[in-house]
This record gives sequence, structure tokens and C-alpha cells, in this order.
Amino acid sequence: MLRKIRIILAAICFTLITLLFLDFTGTLHAYFGWLAKIQLFPAVMALNLGVVIALLLVTLIFGRIYCSVICPLGVFQDIISWVHRRKRKNRNKFRYSKALTWLRVAVLVLFVVALVAGIGSFSALLAPYSSYGRIVQNLFSPIYIWCNNLFAAIAAHFDSYAFYSVDVWIKSGITFAIALITLIVIAILAWRGGRTYCNTICPVGSVLGFISKFALLRPRFNLNKCNGCHLCSYNCKASCIDADKHEIDMTRCVACMDCIGNCHQGAITYGFRTKKDKLNSLEKDKANSAEQNKQDSTESTKSDSPKSATNDNVKPSAGESNPDGKSAEESLNGSPNKAENAPQSGNSVDSSRRNFLSLTALFVATSTINAQKNKFDGGLAIIEDKKVAKRTTAVVPAGSLGIKHFAQHCTACQLCVSVCPNQVLRPSNGIMTLMQPEMSYERGFCRPECNKCSEVCPSGAISLIKLSEKSSIKIGTAKWIKANCIVNTKHVECGNCARHCPNGAIMMEPLDAKNPDSPKFPVVDEERCIGCGACEYECPARPFSAIYVDGMERHKTI
Amino acid sequence: MNRRNFLKVVGAGSAVTAAALAGCNNAASGGSDDVPKGKMTYRTNPKTGEKVSLLGFGFMRLPQKPGKSGGEDADDKVIDQDAVNELVDYAMAHGVTYYDTSPRYCKGQSEHALGIALRKYPRSKYVIATKMSNFDEADQPYEKSVEMYHNSMKELHTDYLDYYLLHAIGDFDGFKARFIDNGILDFLVAERKAGRIKNLGWSFHGTQDFFDYMLTLPIKWDFVQIQLNYHDWDHRTEEVNADYLYGELSKRKIPAVIMEPLLGGALSKLNHSVLTMLKRADAEATPASWAFRFAGSLPDVLTVLSGMTYMEHLKDNIKTYSPLKPLTEAEKAMLEKAADMIDNEPTINCTGCHYCMPCPFGLDIPGIFKHYNSCLTEGNYPDNPDSPDYKKERRAFLIGYDRTVPRLRQADHCVSCHTCEPKCPQHIEIPAKMHEIDSFVEALKRNNA
Repeated sequence: MLRKIRIILAAICFTLITLLFLDFTGTLHAYFGWLAKIQLFPAVMALNLGVVIALLLVTLIFGRIYCSVICPLGVFQDIISWVHRRKRKNRNKFRYSKALTWLRVAVLVLFVVALVAGIGSFSALLAPYSSYGRIVQNLFSPIYIWCNNLFAAIAAHFDSYAFYSVDVWIKSGITFAIALITLIVIAILAWRGGRTYCNTICPVGSVLGFISKFALLRPRFNLNKCNGCHLCSYNCKASCIDADKHEIDMTRCVACMDCIGNCHQGAITYGFRTKKDKLNSLEKDKANSAEQNKQDSTESTKSDSPKSATNDNVKPSAGESNPDGKSAEESLNGSPNKAENAPQSGNSVDSSRRNFLSLTALFVATSTINAQKNKFDGGLAIIEDKKVAKRTTAVVPAGSLGIKHFAQHCTACQLCVSVCPNQVLRPSNGIMTLMQPEMSYERGFCRPECNKCSEVCPSGAISLIKLSEKSSIKIGTAKWIKANCIVNTKHVECGNCARHCPNGAIMMEPLDAKNPDSPKFPVVDEERCIGCGACEYECPARPFSAIYVDGMERHKTI
Repeated sequence: MNRRNFLKVVGAGSAVTAAALAGCNNAASGGSDDVPKGKMTYRTNPKTGEKVSLLGFGFMRLPQKPGKSGGEDADDKVIDQDAVNELVDYAMAHGVTYYDTSPRYCKGQSEHALGIALRKYPRSKYVIATKMSNFDEADQPYEKSVEMYHNSMKELHTDYLDYYLLHAIGDFDGFKARFIDNGILDFLVAERKAGRIKNLGWSFHGTQDFFDYMLTLPIKWDFVQIQLNYHDWDHRTEEVNADYLYGELSKRKIPAVIMEPLLGGALSKLNHSVLTMLKRADAEATPASWAFRFAGSLPDVLTVLSGMTYMEHLKDNIKTYSPLKPLTEAEKAMLEKAADMIDNEPTINCTGCHYCMPCPFGLDIPGIFKHYNSCLTEGNYPDNPDSPDYKKERRAFLIGYDRTVPRLRQADHCVSCHTCEPKCPQHIEIPAKMHEIDSFVEALKRNNA
């Protein structure tokens, strides 16, 4: 029963959050935008204390149900793992493995250090919600939009305006590659070991895991009923049930209730933690440390044994670098059950490290630049694609207060990129701000009637702005490049920038002040310009516009 | 002239195509339809005495099909010669004898297609009109223009041309550069003398000064092609009205060949109130048939040109002129009222001739006008935010705009370089109109309450 409730809730949350990233019209966000705002990492970044405290309390009471229900990446892994297990009808069993506490702590520390140091891109790489958003935005959304475009084509045929077509384009090669690799790594990990990612790498999982240790409600064994069949352990995607010892590692248990639902004897119940549990856990801690001490002392002598040799092949560095000696512990364990577990756990370490390494490697990866395609339609002149202007300061959306604030709060989940109807937002390629969105105006400009990004942002990186405020928030300044201006290069009348400036900040003035009939060039009123990019988008000079927007480090209200 | 083009875009596409195919089948099987045979009204050329069908077949736009790569892109389409042949066969069978083309129509493929379609008929059964279309500076040297003339004969498989026109003249400078300075006019007059051109004339898009000047030249013009329809008869504000042009020609006994009898399709795609008025007068008559009857009722009109891509249009036009029922005075008054009503709606009188293209900045000028006009005539014109239909109309206008014209080719990208303006035979102030449409669209986009 509990399991079914969990599955239903998870399915609802997962579907809706996925749709948030797919719905380019921004319709769903009015109703379900809060689902993004109750994600832990964005809530922390937004300093949304209410949500953070609520989530921590929920975890303190129920355990990590957040990971099982609210986190889209967690549910995504469950789906992959479920598909795998279904395929071979329950012959793909999970097995208990020891916690890789050192890796969890190390990743968490790195994560926090990166956050404090302002390297948002690193934390964005690890945060589960951001990873999921990235995967959906980069990999699933094109498919969704193509389907939409198919409907749009059909609608056009029948003169219906129910659907309209939307461009599909790779907004950032690097981010696309990262999303792809994240998907592959997570899919492999989930396929092989269920919640490996959540319990070794995910910083949110680590934090909640620590709290979950003290959870009020938890799955408990009824030793009178248990017949030692290990079914609970085989069904535990978190690999946290030690059926032999009748122990559940609450730091890794995601409260999915699978063990309860699968136990034929009704030997596991979800109930209040008792003194005995507390005692047990204390004793276990003691025992563990004692055991570890013993292992440390015996490690050198035992390392030549054939069993540990095989293990060393799989994870040589883990054994050496880890003072706890946990890697050796598995190989030293006498019980056959444990021995059987060893390779499994070795594999997961291996994959997680591979995961970690490949992600790191991506920092230096570069994207391949798409060959630009020009189209020629009979009587239509070729339009050369615009190239991104070289901005000294990035342009970030109104509401983000400035570059620094934005970089510190953005979780790079791509939700704003998904909803931007003007093709302005795209993930940045800068190292410090990798995957965090920035603005550019080749395909459109930041239209005055739109505040979609500020509506959907869950992390407070873009705070909600009113449309009436928007025209007075200066996010950048237009700059004119005389050498590109067609008035100069083609000697034609233009003024398209001035004509489209929503703030009237551009005037056309004769370059030669003495001769009022000389060709007119744009002059920018820097104080009135808000950096919306209308001039840059509408500028006929190609591939580089003759007028472009440079960002403001700190946004200004005019 | 491009009524079909209008319809095509406006979306009757599938239905019309299906119907056209059905029509073709009927024609091929010789099945009975109610288009009368052998009843066509003919006019006599006063110079040669030959009879010319009142309906002339214009070859400016022809049925197309996807090209080799099978895409829907405009650059990829080729002329559907089978469909052209079917249309010409049907026209020939129903007494249409006048075929009008140009070396520049259909990206230069029109003459070729017409040549193929007419080849199986005896040369005496039809007359061909083609033109000296040396608009490009590259074509203006004597040799190049003469080459264009000879090439027309080659494409049309003939050693003489029945009607030959100085294509689209209207201002002194252009005329001088294209026909006087290079000696081409002298050449053409000589060719007429030699009998290789039976009738020499010109098609006119321009100022009254220039028109008068042409008629005072010491050259006898055998015919003149003018834009005439019940709207342009006396409702043109910027241009010379057709009643003047026709009157001057009639005075001199010069036969008039009529182009734009439908004002670029505008007179076949009428707004609701005008359509209702015409339908009340005759429920079965198509709007186009009224326009053709107007042009045909003028006695000194030699032939009325119509570009017909769909079999329905061809049949309808043949029916209108088999035989012609001249307009009554009451009917003329009604059409004048219709012209008034048309004037009161803000459609742009673009005929979709594409002479303005290519725009150096990539705009699809005719596409933009077409979308704008079709929204106006279909009532999808969201001009009143308080109207209950505003939201629906706004959506239809904006989505339809993106569908018809790619974003980078829309009106907002007009820089007013004015390259297009002198090329427009309708003398539309294209940049000004572009900015108007752009402001309208911009206001529409912002008002998304």
C-alpha cells in the first residue's frame, strides 16, 4: 500500500516536472511551477527557508521520501532500473553493498567548496534537479518539439491555429554534450545498480541521507516473522538492506517502500524508530570502527590473498587512498554472502568514478561548431546567419540583479531556457558559468511583453519582475560598430535599430554635424538603453550586427 | 492574374487540388460537363482581320510540382508539364487561341513549357504573345536583347511571333535604356516589317505622361496591353485610371489587351460584404466571372488575359466568355459600388508579380503582403483589442504570419533601402507599407493580455 502510494505520487511529480521542461508555451508553469521551486538545491540557492526547512523536516520524519517522490532524477533512475528488472523477470536482483561514505563526503565537500567559491558550473554538474533539467531540455525537448511541429504542419494544412511550429537548435554544444554524457552515465548506473548515483555522488542525497539517519519513521524488521529469504535485499535499489544482519542503512534508504511491498512474510514495517534501533545503530557504529581498525592492521598482510587481488584490479586506487580501508573490508569479510557482494560493490565504485572522471573531463571538452546552412528560395536573397557578438560582459535576464548574483544562485536547470519564447536564452560556454543561461540576440530579442524566465526560475537567480518594471531594468547597453553599419558599408538608408528600440534610446543623426543631409547613423542614449537587444536582432548587418548589447555587471533601474 | 495563387495560400489548397484532379480526369475522358464548346466570343484584330478569343491564357504562373529532392521549398519546385499540357489541351478544345508568355516568367521556364504544350497543334490555330523582357542591365546591350528575341522563337518552336511586346514600360529613363539607346526599338520595327512580328505593342505600368508620349511616337502600335478591371477603371488614386488608358486607345482604334482583370486575385477573393452583394445579384456567378464580364464588355478589348493554374479557373473563365453576356447598366453600377467598398478596406494592392524580388535584405515582400491581405479579407484582422474575437484573431494572425513568412524574412527586417520601390508595377510604397505592417505586428505582439 505504501509502495503504491509512493509510486503514484512519484509518477505524478515526475510527469509534471518533465512537462515543465518540455512545455515551451509556458502554460503549465502557472499551475505547476511550484514543483520546481520545492526542489532542494534550487530552494537552497533561492534561500527559500520555508521550503528548505519543510524538506528537512519531512526527511527527519519520513526518511528520504524526497528522493523517491520529488526528485525527478531519482524517479528517472527508478524507471530505468524498473525496465531492466522487468526485462529479465526479477532475475536482476539488487544486492547489499557497503556505503561509500568517503566518496559521498568527498563529493559533498567539493560541491560545497565550489558553491562557496562561486563556481556554479561545478555544482550544477552534480545537482540532481539541474542534471535532469539539462537532460530533458537538451535531449527530450527536441523530440517533443518535433512532434509538436508535425502537429503544427498538420494544423496548417487544415487552417487551424491550435499548434504552431518552433525552431529546434542546439543552444550550446558543450551543454548538449554534458547532458548526453550525464544521461548515459546515469542510465548505465541505474541500469546496473538502481540508486548508485543517489548514494555515492548526489550531494542532495548525501545531505538528506545524513538527516535520514535520524528519521522518525523508517522500515523496520520484525525478526519473529523474517524467514531470511533476502527478498527485501534483492529488491532494494539503494542496496542498503543487510538482510543477514537485519540492518537497513538509513543514510541510503530512499524510503521507496519496495522492501515492505515485496516481503511475503510481512516482516518489514514502516514505523517509529525505537530505542533498540538507536542502540543498534550506536553499537553498529562502534562495531564498524572496531572492525575497521582491525582491517587496517591486517590489510597489509592480507592483501596478497587471491580474493583481494581480484578486488585490487577493479579499484586499486580506492584501496590505497582510503584510510578507512573500506575497500579491503569487503574482501576480508568471511561470510559467503558478503563475498558475493564484493564484485558488485567494486563495480559501482568503478562506474561512479568513471562517471566522475568523464564529467570532469568534459570541462575541457569543446563543442563542434555547426556548419552554417544557408537557404536559397528562388526569388529570395540568401540570409547569412548571424554570429554571436563578442561581449565583454555577458547579458543575463532582467531580475537577476547582476552577473555575480546570477552566477551564485543559478542551478543551471535550463527551465528558463526551455520557456524563453524568443530564443534569447541559451546555456553559456564560459568555464565559471558553464551551462548557466546567458542572453544573445541572433534569433530574437528580449521582448517587452515577456517575463517568462523570471516566472519560472526556481532558484531565485532570476527574481520575479513585473512587466511594468521590465522596461526600466537596464541589463546592458547597446554599442554601435561603425565598420559594420550598412549605412557605412552599403550606403543605404537604414535606421532599423532606431525604429525598433522599445525605449526610444536610439536616434539617427547625421555623422557630419555640419551637413544635416549626410547619411544618418544611430546614436545610443546609454542611460535610456536597457539592453533588450531589439537593435541587435533587427540590425541588417551580417554576420555580425553593427549594434550589439554589452551586459551590465550589476543591473540598474532607470 | 494570380487568383489561383491567392487561393493556394489562403488554404483552399487540398480541396482545390483534389477538385482540379477530378476536373482533369473529366477532360481527358471527354466526359460531359457544363462548359460549352464552340461558343467562345471572338474579337477581330483590325489590322490582320484575324479572330482572337476574348479569353487569353496567361503563362505567368504555372502549375508546379516538387522537384528532385521532393521538398516543399519554393526553390525546389519545377513546372508540372503534364498539368500544363492538360490545361492547354482543354483551352484549345474550348476555343482559346491567345497565349501570352515572357522569357522572364516562371524563372525563365514559361516559354519552354508553352512551346511544348502547343507543339502538337497547327501553328495557325493559335496566336502567341511574348515580350522583350530586358529588365536586367546585362540583357540591355543590343546583342543580348536580340538574343532574347531569337531565343523566344526557338523556345516556342516558331519562326514568327503574332504579338510582341515591349515588356512593362512606364518611365522615360527605363524606356530609353532598354529600347532607344541600344536600338532595339528600331530592330523590332524592322522585324515587323519583315513579317516576323505580326503585331508590335507594349505593356504599360507607369505615368500618364509616359503613356501619352508613347502614343505620340511616330510608330504605329498594333495593340497596347493595359491593366484594367472594375476597380482600376476609375478608382486608382496614385496611378492612371484604366478608363483614361482605354479611352485613349479606343480613340486611336488601337486594340487593348487586358491584364490584371482580377487585380492580382483581389477581385476573386472579396471580403464578405462585397461578396454578398455580388451573390445576391447572381448566386451562381463567381466573383471572377463578374470581373471578366466587366473587362470583356468593352468593345475595343482584343483579349482578356488570365493566368490559370487550376482547371476550375479555366473552366469558369471559358464559361464566362462562351459567349460573353455584356454587363447591363445596373450591373456596371453595382460593380462600381463594389469598387468603392473595396477601396474602403485597407488591403494592399500587391498582385504578387514578384518584380520587386529579390529584396537585398532577404524579405519576402509579396509573402508579407499576401498574409496581411488574406487576414484582412478573411476577418482575421485583430485591430480591436476589445472585440471578443481579438484573442483568436491575434493568434491566427501571428501564427499564420510565421507560417507564411520565415521570421528573418518578415517586415521588421525592412531597412527602407528603397531598392524594391521603383520595380513595383503597382507603385506600392513598399518600405512605408512594411513599416506599417511591422508596427501593427509589434503592437499585436505586445498586447498579449
